[in-house]
Amino acid sequence: MRAPWRRGLVGVGVFVALLEVVPRTGLVDPGYLPTAGTIAGALGEQLSREAFWSALLDTLRGWSIGLGIAVVAGVAAGIVIGVVPALRAFTASTVEFLRPIPSVALIPLAVLMFGTSMQSTLVLIVYASFWQVLVQVLDGVRDVDPVTQETARSYGFAVPTRIRVVVWPAALPNVITGIRLAATVALVLAITGELVIGSPGLGRQIALAQSAGAVEAMYGLVVVAGLLGVAVNLSIRAAERRLLRWHVSVRRENAV
Amino acid sequence: MRFIRSIATATVLPVLLVAAWWFTSLGSDDFFWPPLRDILTEVPSTWFEGRLGADVAPSLLRLSAGYSLALAIGISAGLAIGLSAPLRQYCEPVFEFLRSIPPPVLVPIIMLFAGIGDSMKIVVIAFGCVWPILLNSVEGARSIDEVLHDTARVYGLGPAARFRHLLLRGASPHIVTGARQALSIAIILVVISEMFAASNGLGFTIVQFQRSFAIPQMWSGILLLGAIGVILALVFKLVENRVLAWYFGLRRKQ
Repeated sequence: MRAPWRRGLVGVGVFVALLEVVPRTGLVDPGYLPTAGTIAGALGEQLSREAFWSALLDTLRGWSIGLGIAVVAGVAAGIVIGVVPALRAFTASTVEFLRPIPSVALIPLAVLMFGTSMQSTLVLIVYASFWQVLVQVLDGVRDVDPVTQETARSYGFAVPTRIRVVVWPAALPNVITGIRLAATVALVLAITGELVIGSPGLGRQIALAQSAGAVEAMYGLVVVAGLLGVAVNLSIRAAERRLLRWHVSVRRENAV
Repeated sequence: MRFIRSIATATVLPVLLVAAWWFTSLGSDDFFWPPLRDILTEVPSTWFEGRLGADVAPSLLRLSAGYSLALAIGISAGLAIGLSAPLRQYCEPVFEFLRSIPPPVLVPIIMLFAGIGDSMKIVVIAFGCVWPILLNSVEGARSIDEVLHDTARVYGLGPAARFRHLLLRGASPHIVTGARQALSIAIILVVISEMFAASNGLGFTIVQFQRSFAIPQMWSGILLLGAIGVILALVFKLVENRVLAWYFGLRRKQ
């Protein structure tokens, strides 16, 4: 158990050391790729700034609001469409068609409608993450055990009860997978929207650092963006393990 | 009869939606929401008189160059790393971090190294796309049955045959999953990198229309971009069905 953990740490150490050595030896121009030490210094300097923290807060706010809207809408739509077979048949082609439309295609439209305010970025976040949730929920509802469903039906459960007792628990693993995928996509689009549109947040700070030629600060902010992504991913995986503990255990009991 | 019915089921809602858009927007004098009729009449003059070659083709070329680069690097590095447990453990946290960086923020960084030319865009696309492919290839190489490894060894398969028939084949379901995620990232990145700094390309042109308030043209660009996304997804599906035919067949048998 301990060896993988220690090896990972060694890997990170080697990565940081390379980042320190490569610019120092002049293999890469330090003006383009600052050393690890310089980046850490610039990062520390950012941490002491008010602007950085408010930008981070803006990004997190946009991310959570957008993700929240997308999850609620995606789960609601997914269950309604998934439970009614006719609806699923009629919407399948439309979902397949709308889903691959790249969310960035909406950037010009969002800018015209909302300017550089947070709403522009929210449009992108909601559009992109909605499909992630919807598709997973649809898959989850489809994979509900037919025997369980027939049983519930012959016991005369009403539709709302059936959704609550049969469909929802069975689809929950897929719902959570959808939320995990959507959370990552939402963060990418939050920062992308800020970077391209210029709505307030980490992405705009990166764009500002770039136009000011503050290369070290730019790298520092990119590191923050990456760490934010790691944090989002790890926390959702932890939540997944907690929420679905029963699910795995139930399956294991059934197997025995 | 069943065939006709399934076609009808698939087309009813899209037709209804387009019709709804057409008729509700027909009398629209809202500057930002022009009638669909005006948007569609703009399509030929906007795109088919030169822009298809001057803007759409460069975007698609950048996309395919960056995507192929990511495929080549991602699959070969991923399979190599997936075969060795220690190597995987060394790399995992670093990859986890690099993968979590939202790819568009690399545009300003890679611009430092590669300027604002085509190579910048290709590197950005490749760097953004390589992670899902690489990580899924690692998973794929890992998930290959031990027995298959032993069988290949016992039958005396050479390294090349082992790579092609065991490693690449066995990992292909995972690789395809990664490649599908990477494709949508690639489209996003080609547009973003062109919005940042370019003199041609789809992303550049659409933003140009928006800035000059050529609204119907902008809408036609958005529709074209959407169509490209849909077509690429379809092509991917076709390739997937071919490459993974053995796998789908196996799953059906089980």
